Amino acid sequence: MASNRGASVRYENVQKSYDGETLVVKNLNLDIPPGEFLTMLGPSGSGKTTCLMMLAGFEPATHGEIFLNEKPINNVPPHKRGIGMVFQNYALFPHMSVAENLAFPLQVRGMGKAEQEQKVKRALEMVELGKFGNRRPAQLSGGQQQRVAVARALVFDPELVLMDEPLGALDKQLREQMQYEIKHIHENLGVSIVYVTHDQTEALTMSDRVAVFNDGIIQQLSPPDVLYEEPKNSFVAQFIGENNKLTGDVVEINGDMCKVRLPDGTELLAHKINVSGVGDKTTISLRPERVEIVPTADHQNQVEGKIEELIYLGDHIRIRMNVCGNDEFVVKVRNRGERWDLQQGQMRKIGWAAKDCKALDAVL
Amino acid sequence: MSESSTAPLTTSDGVPLKVSLAKALRREKLRSFLLIAPLLFFILISFVAPIADMLFRSVENAIVPDTLPRTVVALEDWDGSKGELPGEPVYAALAADLKEAVKEKLHTRLGSRLNYDMPGASSMFRSTGRKVEKFTDGNYKEQFIKADKDWGNINFWEGLKQLSSRYTDGYFLSAIDMERDSTGIHFKPEEQRIYLMLFGRTLMLSVAITVSCLVLGYPVAWLLANLPLRTSNLLMILVLLPFWTSLLVRTSAWKVLLQDQGVINDLLVWAHIISNDNRLPLINNQTGTIIAMTHILLPFMILPLFSVMKTISPSYMRAAKSLGATDWTAFWRVYFPQTIPGIGAGAILVFILAIGYYITPELVGGTSGIFISNRIAYHISSSLNWGLAAALGTILLGVVLLMFVLYDKIVGIDNVKLG
Repeated sequence: MASNRGASVRYENVQKSYDGETLVVKNLNLDIPPGEFLTMLGPSGSGKTTCLMMLAGFEPATHGEIFLNEKPINNVPPHKRGIGMVFQNYALFPHMSVAENLAFPLQVRGMGKAEQEQKVKRALEMVELGKFGNRRPAQLSGGQQQRVAVARALVFDPELVLMDEPLGALDKQLREQMQYEIKHIHENLGVSIVYVTHDQTEALTMSDRVAVFNDGIIQQLSPPDVLYEEPKNSFVAQFIGENNKLTGDVVEINGDMCKVRLPDGTELLAHKINVSGVGDKTTISLRPERVEIVPTADHQNQVEGKIEELIYLGDHIRIRMNVCGNDEFVVKVRNRGERWDLQQGQMRKIGWAAKDCKALDAVL
Repeated sequence: MSESSTAPLTTSDGVPLKVSLAKALRREKLRSFLLIAPLLFFILISFVAPIADMLFRSVENAIVPDTLPRTVVALEDWDGSKGELPGEPVYAALAADLKEAVKEKLHTRLGSRLNYDMPGASSMFRSTGRKVEKFTDGNYKEQFIKADKDWGNINFWEGLKQLSSRYTDGYFLSAIDMERDSTGIHFKPEEQRIYLMLFGRTLMLSVAITVSCLVLGYPVAWLLANLPLRTSNLLMILVLLPFWTSLLVRTSAWKVLLQDQGVINDLLVWAHIISNDNRLPLINNQTGTIIAMTHILLPFMILPLFSVMKTISPSYMRAAKSLGATDWTAFWRVYFPQTIPGIGAGAILVFILAIGYYITPELVGGTSGIFISNRIAYHISSSLNWGLAAALGTILLGVVLLMFVLYDKIVGIDNVKLG
């Protein structure tokens, strides 16, 4: 199968309302270049699935236009869009065998029997289910059904494949395995994939870029590492990965950095991301693994906290502390075989670099 | 493992495991039996027993040997094919039997029983019954023939001999338009045949009603299953509304709508679709039966269809369309096959209900639209030929069971979903 034959997608000022009173999708603009793996990530009700359904053609856009390969598709019915789709519960036709399921898109395209068989065989081999062609979907395990669903979405060589939480029904181990398989299929085939999920791990593992949705708006559209390292607002910081929140007022701005005073009087130096000026309320976001329990001179912010809870997790130790009035402050310490004398109830000085804590918009 | 295959498993005190298990389950079995016992008892005495009794009547013929015991014995040696009337001893036995029967007033009942097979027998017994008291001893043959000349008819005696056994297949033969005489079993003359035609019509009309229920009910069931809950609940109430109305009221309403001067014909005339002289004959024929019964049985088609469609996720249709199928292909190849269990359940329900329907064909069917059940009712309540009614009913039951078996062979009974 040839590579780099993905389609491009463009959403232009797309809005969607179901009841005429509230907007589920508020003015979406999104450009997906050919061959990209883009994930729409967000909590339920954030509008991500609606965006996918509009692209697939199952929901009409209330306003705006969607382009597929630079052609507007608002008035193209779903079956003429040529977009493969994997559904949440797979939607494998229960009355057809696996091979018949795979042959279905080829049959409706009027393909010859011999070619059909060859394509079905190749697709089944791609997902390593070569011997399962005669089984009914109900006779397959969840993971196998999932693979059949992926194979069916790909068997007619679409340029774009949509996936609507395809791994939601699988157990954790299988889910991780399928993540890599889907990623490899994407790399081998070069199709564009738009993937919807509420699972941030999935989004980070598989995607070229992730669009974080909340409240009908894309909060941030970035590659996974940027999303994690440089969240643009508190929602993204909170939604992606683990995050410590400290709320305070901006008292001083100095170029890229700003000084924040917490309610208990502690002043912290933070990377200024989403504050406009002195006097603003701000939420400082800090990843648990960036906190050091043996601070050095590099760590501009050094505060004292009380250890509330210690959890040993093998590869790391998780410490819940009370820091600056926040008793949900989590520190992750990598297990390097050093022995620290950590005790519950102990007071301990911790520190972190100013660039690792981001001053973002205030949340209540 | 190897131990268990050689010796039967036992519990720790040596009791075989199966015995022990049965003992442990006995209480549970007893309790479940006690729970169903009242209903079982009720069904046995109010349903199974009467039906068994009714079915037995289709072959039972004790009245002849019980009322005319001597005659039946005397007739055993007589052979009608020689063309001779029975001898004096038979007439003497008949006189003795008849005198006793008249005393107990049984002779008219026997007369009406024989009348089913030999028209005229009823009046023969009634008139002779009045005279038999005054018969003098000896020469009974002459006296009988004087009382009613049919006693000298060889066909009557042949018929009587045939009916003298305790069990008869005569009712069943009549029920399929056949009869038995000295030459054997053969079909009745064309103009006397009625039941086979009625069975055929009942089957055909039931199929027509089932098909029209399916055609009309399928889209409604689809709407019910796919509309938002508020709307579909309202629609469901509309579907169920007929259930809460008396069957008689609904059928009578159809009478008002369908008659020549009825609402439908008036509307068609008013709209100049038909002329006043050519009003459509919609009632007292098969059309009337089909229309009214389709309406009445429609919910029985819609509900099983609905319960099956409700479980079909809309993502199947979406998947089919995303794979390139048009709306029609998606429906026909993906949605429709998944509704077959519902179609099967609805069709079998409607068909079985229709095949035994009575009140609606009676009221709107006229003569050309009545079912076999109407004929059964006639024999039960008007002609009082319960044996024939029982034979017809047994055949109907047999046909339904046969359909069931055929259905199981073709569609598979485990493919049926009633909800």
